[in-house]
Amino acid sequence: MSAEPGLRDRLEGGLRAPICLTWELTYACNLACTHCLSSSGRRDPDELTTKEALALVDELAAMRVFYVNVGGGEPMIRRDFFDVVEHAVESRVGVKFSTNGTRLDAAAARRLAAMDYLDVQVSVDGADAATSDRVRGAGSYAAARRAMDHLAEAGFRGFKVSVVVTRDSVEQLDALEALALSYGAELRLARLRPSGRGVAVWDALRPTAAQNRRLHAWLVERPHVLTGDSFFHLSPLGEPLEGLNLCGAGRVVCLIDPVGDVYACPFVIHDRFRAGNVRPAGFGPVWRESALFSELRAPASPGACASCGSYDACRGGCLAAKFFTGLEASDPDPECVFGHGERKLATTRVELRPTPSIDHSRALAPGAPGRLR
Amino acid sequence: MAPDAFDPARPWRLSPEVSLRDEPFGALAYHHGNRRLVFLKSTGLVALVRRLGEFATAGDALGELVAPGERVRYARALATLAAGELIGVG
Repeated sequence: MSAEPGLRDRLEGGLRAPICLTWELTYACNLACTHCLSSSGRRDPDELTTKEALALVDELAAMRVFYVNVGGGEPMIRRDFFDVVEHAVESRVGVKFSTNGTRLDAAAARRLAAMDYLDVQVSVDGADAATSDRVRGAGSYAAARRAMDHLAEAGFRGFKVSVVVTRDSVEQLDALEALALSYGAELRLARLRPSGRGVAVWDALRPTAAQNRRLHAWLVERPHVLTGDSFFHLSPLGEPLEGLNLCGAGRVVCLIDPVGDVYACPFVIHDRFRAGNVRPAGFGPVWRESALFSELRAPASPGACASCGSYDACRGGCLAAKFFTGLEASDPDPECVFGHGERKLATTRVELRPTPSIDHSRALAPGAPGRLR
Repeated sequence: MAPDAFDPARPWRLSPEVSLRDEPFGALAYHHGNRRLVFLKSTGLVALVRRLGEFATAGDALGELVAPGERVRYARALATLAAGELIGVG
């Protein structure tokens, strides 16, 4: 899937429903990953009830949202997890859900394997326990591998091994691909973003410029490795990567959080990018009419990137990465491959970085992933 | 199993596993089974795809619904959809 320039302009103007909608089912999580985008840990007492969640599925089906990316927190912690997911796939709203695997036992794996239109992504952040557990917490890698074993034993074909690319995991790409292949699974890589608790670890964990160049070359050679369009800021390095290569925030993607708040994308859980809530009148009016989404769908100015010959390749990069590093939407991506972002960051005071407006972290020492509960 | 190559002399229809959603530029088509997402980039193509199953052959549908100068382009679009199994023989 790729979009030529004419179509891309149309997509930036918005669609009748998202192509890809992320739905975080709960802020509760039994892990405390240092880079958690949603600063998850404790359940929010105001999370959507089962009845509200099922009604939301009905609305998404009526809007012909083809599938939802279900996440959290750890979505399998919700007691009605299977009720919600089964209702979705029966309504032809496909489900791709992300899990840390800790609740994915043999019985759950068999139940998942029996469902059509459902895909599972099990997260690890390295090809070995030492690397992955530094980010995700002691015991988390072994738990994820047990979940993968259960899925494979249940005959679940083609699940995903999902990895956030860090300075450490980027050195293990071949081993991660081999790990996925050993299960008949697919590898899915995502960009480390300075969102949620990721704000605190982004400087230390993000790949270096040289690593990003190698990552781009590695991905170009492997179009079968999934990226969820997450590395389009690297496209000016050469060939564009698979995907739409644009920032989809509020245009082709959005996020519904556990309390029904709608944000422009999964990486900007912050008051500045909250478009509304599904409780008053459903999701449709928020998607179609919110002031924030209208703003994001207006033709974007290339801003500081206007004089760069590669603006068409990266469209200025990731809105969330800019916002949480204190840059303006019209600035270059902080990881701009030509270093324009680095130069801008160097003159941007760290104190100007926005602080998260929503945080469900359990009390832990900052930067410590804690222990598996 | 490899998808059938597009042959306009055969009967084609939208796969029952595909959802179509109208959009300002045409429509989005999503195949729930193979998870392919395809952009149908004109309303004419959307109309053709929706009504394909009403005709004995894809060639008949092209003849009836598409202007002569556009038929080669639309046939190519159908071949792409056939390769992605969004339309099938049936």
